[in-house]
Amino acid sequence: MTGSSKAASKGVWIISGLVVLLLILHQDNWNWESDTLVFGFMPIGLFWHACISLGASLTWALATFIAWPFGDDGQAFQENNQQEAGE
Amino acid sequence: MNDLQPGLPQLIIILGYLAILLLLGLSSSLLFKGTKKDFQVASHSIGPFFLLMSLFGTTMTAFALVGSSGEAFKEGIGVYGMLASSSGIIHSLCFFVIGVKVWKIARNNGYTTQIEFFRDRLDNDFIGLLLFPILVGLVIPYLLIGVMASGTVIQSLTAGLSPEWFEATKPDGTIIKALNGGVPPYLGSLMVCIVVLVYVFFGGMRGTTWANTLQTMVFMVLGLVTFVVIAMKLGGTESLFENLKVLGESIPDDKATRSEMSKTKFFTYLLIPLSVGMFPHLFQHWMTAKSSSSFKVPVICHPLFIMIVWVPCVLVGVWATGDTINIPPTLSPNALLPFLVKKLTSPILAGFLAAGILAAIMSSLDSQFLCIGTMFTNDIVTHYKGKENVSDRQTVLYTRSFIIGIVAVTYVLSLFDPKSVFALGVWCFSGFSALFPIVLAALYWRGLSAMGAIAGVLAAIASWSYMFYQALQSDTLRTYVLDLPIGEETYDVMPVVGMLGSSLIAMVVVSLITPKPKPETLAKFFPAQ
Repeated sequence: MTGSSKAASKGVWIISGLVVLLLILHQDNWNWESDTLVFGFMPIGLFWHACISLGASLTWALATFIAWPFGDDGQAFQENNQQEAGE
Repeated sequence: MNDLQPGLPQLIIILGYLAILLLLGLSSSLLFKGTKKDFQVASHSIGPFFLLMSLFGTTMTAFALVGSSGEAFKEGIGVYGMLASSSGIIHSLCFFVIGVKVWKIARNNGYTTQIEFFRDRLDNDFIGLLLFPILVGLVIPYLLIGVMASGTVIQSLTAGLSPEWFEATKPDGTIIKALNGGVPPYLGSLMVCIVVLVYVFFGGMRGTTWANTLQTMVFMVLGLVTFVVIAMKLGGTESLFENLKVLGESIPDDKATRSEMSKTKFFTYLLIPLSVGMFPHLFQHWMTAKSSSSFKVPVICHPLFIMIVWVPCVLVGVWATGDTINIPPTLSPNALLPFLVKKLTSPILAGFLAAGILAAIMSSLDSQFLCIGTMFTNDIVTHYKGKENVSDRQTVLYTRSFIIGIVAVTYVLSLFDPKSVFALGVWCFSGFSALFPIVLAALYWRGLSAMGAIAGVLAAIASWSYMFYQALQSDTLRTYVLDLPIGEETYDVMPVVGMLGSSLIAMVVVSLITPKPKPETLAKFFPAQ
């Protein structure tokens, strides 16, 4: 296993852990019956889940840095496309 | 403006919007290279931004604007967690785990449809014949929902236009005030079908992607504008923040919390968004990506976009349950947003909102029409005639012909007004979710055999049919749940748990006892590291 594939493999474990954490936080039984309004207008159950959406976005942003499975292969495929068009 | 015929400004804006879409579709056709690859997957030329917009537009149906506010009105704020934040996690997970990998394999092997991939991966022709009617059968109710919803939206937002020509009555002959004079659904749906058909027919996947990008921007911006205008009108003060506070405090406790919602149903709803991994129209959109890196922006931004669209709609829905506005008790939840817009805003905004809702509907319809046309062409005609016997020009011709056919069939079916089709939404999603283990295993498990995949598909469809029949018999299509007894307690779980569980078990057990695909096939899909 090369250094970069080791790093990617570690990244996959980190992202998997974060996704599991998000799924656990998604089941927010502790907010179930709370009528607290965050900022005076947003029910906490809704606010919490909006934060889950933000958390998901950040997790996936991290995934693109530490767990992305492939390099930039667009160039290779573009060349392949051009070759096919030429034939 | 107030002197204008009621409904006319809305109709003008709707027609203007449809004309812009037509122009966009026709413009995209100027870049059309005349090849199959260009028509079906835009020559794999779509970069990150267009991919984000087309994937998001395709996954968000009319439900994103109209249904989200309506469901929040009925069920409270819990619908955001149930339908939106769960999708934010799971959709991107599917793009990341399934989309990127399948894109790479499909690019290496020249696949455009799921069935081409499964046939090759499993060395089996029958899997294609089995999956084809299931995938088409699960997409068609969705097409119908879109076509029917577009007619209903146009009618309700152009009401008053011409009561003499377009009388809206109940079966007993009494006038339906809220709809009377509006463009009737058969005409509204026809307009939408023709516009979508034209830009898909001429522009193919490139036209679809361009149109989806415009439509996604339209419904996101109009959703936010509508939210601010409604907040300002309902709150009654000068400041937006003060209005938000007034409205927040007006929400009844049962709608501001999830006290009425089952925790286990909420939890098991997490499985529904897995359907994205098996949507055939999304598979085809994935194939348009220029490189695997093009997926990065959609993977990151999809949850954010869901939040931007859903949070305002859910807030509007729960505000309507408070004491700042009187909602007629007979109002259908899905009619809530059009009702609020008509009551609280100007005809111009109502027209733009109609355009926004139509944008959300059409950005899913176009991809589904194109995908079914492509599946008929690639998985049936070309597959059985032999690739060498069908030229690129013929492939494009067949795809276009099938698209015309499927648009016509969907439109004619919508004329029968099968209202029960609206209850099918979550059942279609559940069906696709039940097939998720098959695509996951095909990508990551060398041990998956053709018989295992077939058993998984059959178990998914058998369990789906059994539960669907049970729900029909008990007239609980919308509310059907499985009872899971644990100890002395019984818990509600979504039917998708049973479907996905049976598919997974059948697939694994049968794969373990039946022959695997040939080593050379496995080498193609699982290259040595």
